[in-house]
Amino acid sequence: MYRYDTYDQAMVDARVEEFRDQVRRRLEGHITEDQFKPLRLMNGLYLQLHAYMLRVAVPYGTLSSAQMRMLGDIADKYDRGYGHFTTRQNIQYNWIKLEDAPDILADLAKVEMHAIQTSGNCIRNTTSDQYAGAAADEVVDPRPYAELIRQWSTFHPEFSFLPRKFKMAVIASDTDRAAMKLHDIGIQIVRNEAGELGAAFYVGGGMGRTPMIAPCINPFVPLDQMITYSEAALRVYNRHGRRDNKYKARIKILVHELGKDEYTRQVEAEFQHLLGQNIEPPLAELERIKAQFADPPFEKIGTVPTFEIDRSDPDFALWVDNNCLAHKQSGYIAATISLKPIGGIPGDASGEQIRLMADLARDYSFDECRVTHAQNIVLPHVRKDQLYALWQQLDAAGLGTPNLDLVGDIIACPGLDYCSLANARSIPVAQKIGQRLAAKQQEIGELKLKISGCINACGHHHAGHIGILGVDKKGTENYQLLLGGCEGADTSLGQITGPGFDEDGIVDAVEKATQFYLAQRGEGERFLDTYRRVGMPAFKEAIYG
Amino acid sequence: MKILTGNDLKSGAVTWWDGVQWSLHVEDAVDVGDHADTILAREQAARRVNAAYAIEAVKDEGSVRPAHIKDRIRALGPTVRPDLTLKPADPEAGNWVI
Repeated sequence: MYRYDTYDQAMVDARVEEFRDQVRRRLEGHITEDQFKPLRLMNGLYLQLHAYMLRVAVPYGTLSSAQMRMLGDIADKYDRGYGHFTTRQNIQYNWIKLEDAPDILADLAKVEMHAIQTSGNCIRNTTSDQYAGAAADEVVDPRPYAELIRQWSTFHPEFSFLPRKFKMAVIASDTDRAAMKLHDIGIQIVRNEAGELGAAFYVGGGMGRTPMIAPCINPFVPLDQMITYSEAALRVYNRHGRRDNKYKARIKILVHELGKDEYTRQVEAEFQHLLGQNIEPPLAELERIKAQFADPPFEKIGTVPTFEIDRSDPDFALWVDNNCLAHKQSGYIAATISLKPIGGIPGDASGEQIRLMADLARDYSFDECRVTHAQNIVLPHVRKDQLYALWQQLDAAGLGTPNLDLVGDIIACPGLDYCSLANARSIPVAQKIGQRLAAKQQEIGELKLKISGCINACGHHHAGHIGILGVDKKGTENYQLLLGGCEGADTSLGQITGPGFDEDGIVDAVEKATQFYLAQRGEGERFLDTYRRVGMPAFKEAIYG
Repeated sequence: MKILTGNDLKSGAVTWWDGVQWSLHVEDAVDVGDHADTILAREQAARRVNAAYAIEAVKDEGSVRPAHIKDRIRALGPTVRPDLTLKPADPEAGNWVI
């Protein structure tokens, strides 16, 4: 994985000291909150319902065990013993003291981490496939290209004050595991018929109050022009984005209002202009980055006793079936650690659990783990014959829940329990649904349920097979139900079923939807397949009738 | 009644204006009547509170209950982590929020 060079480290260290001075001046009264707020936000420090919240960037979700261990230590040393993994593959701490923030950033810098650009109208943390470098179906590891974007976008002077925040994702397989088409820019690295690698650009997607699926504006940009093309796409947005109206300021609105063809025309014109300026990073830099993402030293079959999985323990076999993905390297597997125990808080992990996962990454996965946008943790390279020993340790720590992509694997934003923007609580709804359907989730099969506590859609409710949106209805919490959303190659946006529900009512409604699905499903159909075949009216009748 | 709330500048903790200083406990909050703006300006300038604002609340059996659920959650703590609220030993505390 990528390691800082002296330039990276000096930049992050300098930023820590700059922020330390800003905090000192704020505490001493030399600057007002209005002056300080944009400065703290540039360093990921928000003021939420109960305290300051620090959002730490995890570039494309990849962490070394040392970095993961530090995240656990920070939870215990500066917070209240836990952290919350987010849908942007980051981690948030909910109980931070302002006076501690510079020390936390200094601790993060020791393990090559920071909180820069985790807030504000800039290019945020670039996300990627959590199985990058491990998945059997990728054309190439997408992370070197995500890292190149990170370096290009960090402190980019032209894009520090965009009309609105900007999110990018990079994948390299047809199976989109990063909700790529629901980003401001989604890039899929593809191989053309000549065997050359290129970047397909999808621009203008997003969730929030106006969800849109990004159209493809260029199916093949040569990879040695990817940054130049990204710059062109950003420049057109920076020039014409709606700075007059916060709610219409995202690039999706610009692409929609200009139309895909006109936006693309302007990007292509800007691209031609930029090509002459030679702004693409030198190939040597990309090669330097790529070398740091070389495969770990996988062992070959025959050099170890066995690579077969002993499935004699039924609980282990269930976990393998649910939580593991085929690996590109024979004899290995990618294992997902669910942070969704039944009745638990989605995405939360204690400092002790985080440190355990760091140790397991060191011992079983070549020192590496990943944060997923579904708020779970992946150990990407586990030898099959060591999987049982790994699972036993996970299970003993409450981390062995076998529910990946099942109805209990709920994405939920912090909601009104923590977030100052939220209108309703998300977590209690997730807990109740998880408990209500726990016994049925294996029978139900794949069902992605996503909950947001407000229209900003941090819980990705538009992309849930079942989505739930919490709203404020005359001072009380109310929940809208959506069906039919999906991320991935067949991305679709969920549709609202009808009138909303109270907290208990939404749990009942979800159960009715799953019961109707079980009664209607055809051979091999997932919930989403049945919904698409049967349609909204029949589901609506089952839920409200 | 109209009460004042904000966050402590250093710790970020939720605080309530008790007529003299800022308290961690909403039951200490007092009705500020028409003086909200004056108090807020003075207290924020002195850095005794951060991001403060006035809200509506009602006196309820000796307690003070903010009108909006968001401020009731601020007053108690996250409903999903009773151990981190101001009343960790009271299993019924969450009912006050809802």
